[in-house]
Amino acid sequence: MSVAERSGTAAADASGRGAAFASPAPAEELIVVEPLIFAASSPGRRGVRFPSATDTARHAASGQPDVPADARRGAAPRLPEVSELDLLRHFNRLSQLNHAIDLGFYPLGSCTMKYNPKVNEWAASRTGFAASHPLDPAACAQGSIELEWLLAELLREISGFAAVSLQPAAGAHGELTGMLMTRAYHRSRGEGQTRTRVLVPDSAHGTNPATATMVGYETVTIRSNERGGIDLEALREALNERTAALMITNPSTLGIFEDQIDQVLAAVRQAGAIAYMDGANLNAILGRFRPGEAGFDVMHFNLHKTFSTPHGGGGPGAGPVGVSERLAPFLPGPLPILVEGDPEEVRRNAWAGRTTPRARFALEDPATRPESIGRVRAFTGNFGMFVRAYTYIRSNGDAGLRAVSEDAVLAANYLRVRLADAYDLPYDRICKHEVVFSGRRQKRQHRVTTLDIAKAILDHGIHPPTIYFPLIVEEALMVEPTETESIETLDRFVDVMHGIAEQAAADPEALKRAPTTTPVGRLDEAGAARRPDLRFDFGTAAPGAEASASTETGAE
Amino acid sequence: MAYSPHTAADHERMLAAIGVDSIEGLFADIPPAVRAERFAVPPPLTEQEVRAEVTRLAYRNALPRVSFLGAGAYRHLVPAVVGEVIGRAEFATAYTPYQPEVSQGTLQSIYEFQSMVCELTGMEVASASHYDGATATAEAALMACRLTRRERIAVSSAVGPQTRAVLRTYCSGPGIEIVEVGADLAESGSGLTPVERAAATLDDTVACLVVQQPNFFGGIEPMRELVDAAHDAGAQLVVLVEPTSLAVLEAPGAYGADIVTAEGQPLGIPLSYGGPYVGLMAARMASVRQMPGRLVGATRDGAGRKGYVLTLQAREQHIRREKAASNICTNQALCALAATAYLAAVGPAGLREVAELSMLQARHLAAALEAAGLGVRRFSAPYFAEVAISVTDAARVHAALAERGIVAGYPLWDEYPELADTLLLAATELTTDAEIAELVAALGEVAV
Repeated sequence: MSVAERSGTAAADASGRGAAFASPAPAEELIVVEPLIFAASSPGRRGVRFPSATDTARHAASGQPDVPADARRGAAPRLPEVSELDLLRHFNRLSQLNHAIDLGFYPLGSCTMKYNPKVNEWAASRTGFAASHPLDPAACAQGSIELEWLLAELLREISGFAAVSLQPAAGAHGELTGMLMTRAYHRSRGEGQTRTRVLVPDSAHGTNPATATMVGYETVTIRSNERGGIDLEALREALNERTAALMITNPSTLGIFEDQIDQVLAAVRQAGAIAYMDGANLNAILGRFRPGEAGFDVMHFNLHKTFSTPHGGGGPGAGPVGVSERLAPFLPGPLPILVEGDPEEVRRNAWAGRTTPRARFALEDPATRPESIGRVRAFTGNFGMFVRAYTYIRSNGDAGLRAVSEDAVLAANYLRVRLADAYDLPYDRICKHEVVFSGRRQKRQHRVTTLDIAKAILDHGIHPPTIYFPLIVEEALMVEPTETESIETLDRFVDVMHGIAEQAAADPEALKRAPTTTPVGRLDEAGAARRPDLRFDFGTAAPGAEASASTETGAE
Repeated sequence: MAYSPHTAADHERMLAAIGVDSIEGLFADIPPAVRAERFAVPPPLTEQEVRAEVTRLAYRNALPRVSFLGAGAYRHLVPAVVGEVIGRAEFATAYTPYQPEVSQGTLQSIYEFQSMVCELTGMEVASASHYDGATATAEAALMACRLTRRERIAVSSAVGPQTRAVLRTYCSGPGIEIVEVGADLAESGSGLTPVERAAATLDDTVACLVVQQPNFFGGIEPMRELVDAAHDAGAQLVVLVEPTSLAVLEAPGAYGADIVTAEGQPLGIPLSYGGPYVGLMAARMASVRQMPGRLVGATRDGAGRKGYVLTLQAREQHIRREKAASNICTNQALCALAATAYLAAVGPAGLREVAELSMLQARHLAAALEAAGLGVRRFSAPYFAEVAISVTDAARVHAALAERGIVAGYPLWDEYPELADTLLLAATELTTDAEIAELVAALGEVAV
């Protein structure tokens, strides 16, 4: 911590904003926007207090074995000692340094930053759910299990898959689950050793190849064609008896629906491979395209994207997977099951807001599905997200979900058309929920990069689009407006983007200084990586540092 | 759509600008052969209708009046101020801080989280969060394989069954072999991981020894000896800890652990039927480049202001793709924030009170059952806040108590056939003398 930070120097003045990195101020003069919580700490200060132990308890416990002296901690952890009010102000001030959906437009492509309805938060905080222990006897948790069962039924209907597991915690975790099931499926057919390659288009999210590696697969990259779709010829060439799966995002990361998807799926099936769909972009196709019905074998849902659960600054999300019949035996468990009662009757009643008499739910016994890949996490999933997603799906209903996709696609196409004059459109065709522009014109003509454009957008109270992704678009700007933004918000974004394009021509240097209105300016990321400062330095060695330095482990 | 801002006129304007006649024109690229044939989702509900449906389901949960259930998820006080912090929309409705200039709130809070996790565990570096304690442990084992370039893992059977199940799942893909070190479950045994057995299992093909402290049965493992056994074989020591216990038990960094993981749920996160929780991971700085998950580092801007950024991203999937250390992307940031706010709210004194009250009530509970002649401690070793108790006719008794609204812990015999008639009972600071008295009285009645 710097001298300035210890004294709690308030926010920066305007004079130095936007200065280049050429003349960095000495480290000890760093200006601190909000001091670390540790700076508010004072020995003996207390926040939350707990009751004293009773004499009854002390007396009763006295004969029980105590923690051995050599297992006891020496020095107490140096956690902050702060009052509740100071704690609250600290985090409230920190929160004010963030951009968020609830503050302004957030067209971050591929992330579906739509409105997170408040009734969903109300729902998740019901005591009946919040105090429900994951290992409670099923008789105590009928509401939790019924909700999981109903959500899985709704996701099945939405996606057209045969079965759903809610367990995975996020999209990438759903991918991992899908690839582990793929591996288990091929092993069950005696092809585990031969099918070791996963085909991934060059437009894919980085999680797809990273997932393939985590299950021991080799990634083979498939090029896209000039229209932004999968090159069918390249795909057919790559598919063979060594192919375990094709992982594709549809609509793609270019925001384009794979208009030869039927042929792609036929080719994959013919090769004996598994067709995986990354469901990140499901928000575009609700009620229009059901991946399971179309012939995909497995897909993950991102409940935090399509079904509006808050993104939380990077989670928690939820990444349930849907599968075809042939992968169903391999789903992770335990699955919520209906052990007594007619599923059709239970659904009908639940859709009418009624509990079905005598219906009984449970978590399955793992022994009943010996081919399951097992658990992918300790319990049945990010349940709090399930409550929110269930509330959202029921609020919207069939008509509402269809309208979600219609309006999401409408908004993206509106921006595509309105901004086509100012920014290059490498794939100028009807898009789905997002549109990918290129800043190459600005870069070539004015040496203004996409990064500069993004930073300039920040000065207008708008979160920039996803940038430099997908990798196949030079200087990419990936814009996903979502369905919940009004036309006035979209028009204002258009005006901002036009203004920036004009400024790129008139005063490119100004864009290089952006942002100038944010709590901090452009940060020295290279320096952060070169000299990692990943934790508060208390001024002495970390507890245990001495032990770790003196221990030979034989590791790198 | 329940949350649509668009009027009919807005729709007209947008369609006209695009140059299509109707919305249908925007979906013409979906091949007719694969267009959805059905979409039998129930009709929309208004807010009052959806609240009624949610209320119906929430009330269907017959929450126990009294519970001694733990086994990986614990009923602790969630201070109101923690809920207030994570309820801030600026935290809750932001995403991964890709644009640090407008994400300093999230980034600095993660830096504070990393700092507190390092301090609790005595380690040098902590990641921004994982899905839960079990996945963090599985990722730690894979990390140990990368660090040692070995492809076998040893795990104590006193690591919780859910965690071991996740470890098996994660290892099944790349084909990493798992060897189990059986805990001492003999009658009047310790319930701990035998050091000799661990040492005999470890050799130069084993990447790590995975243990839990306190272990699944609440027992306090001989960590220094286990660390030595691992290091003698050139293996890493991965330990899954219970975070509140670190107010009382030795910091893993002090006994030489290489990778530390934890289920962070006890730190201000509601039970919520199993999630969202948060996985913690901490390690040595020398291992940081093989560490999975996001990391936040401090830096500065051009005007000399201190700021925070995602850093060392060359480990991550969006940069390295198939060469990444993990595929993890979205993690559990808001739960990590809850843990950060919790640790700040209780401070070192409060965390110690939580740990000591939990321990005391667990011992009170065990003593009361023993004194009443209703149960005996199954293991001899000292324990933290969870204790295995043998009870006559345990399955019937457990069910009979559940009918009275009392959950008498977690039945162990399904996962540990040696532990017939044994229940794992947990206490926390919320466990009252009256609840213990009620359990003893009710058990006395149903045990007849």
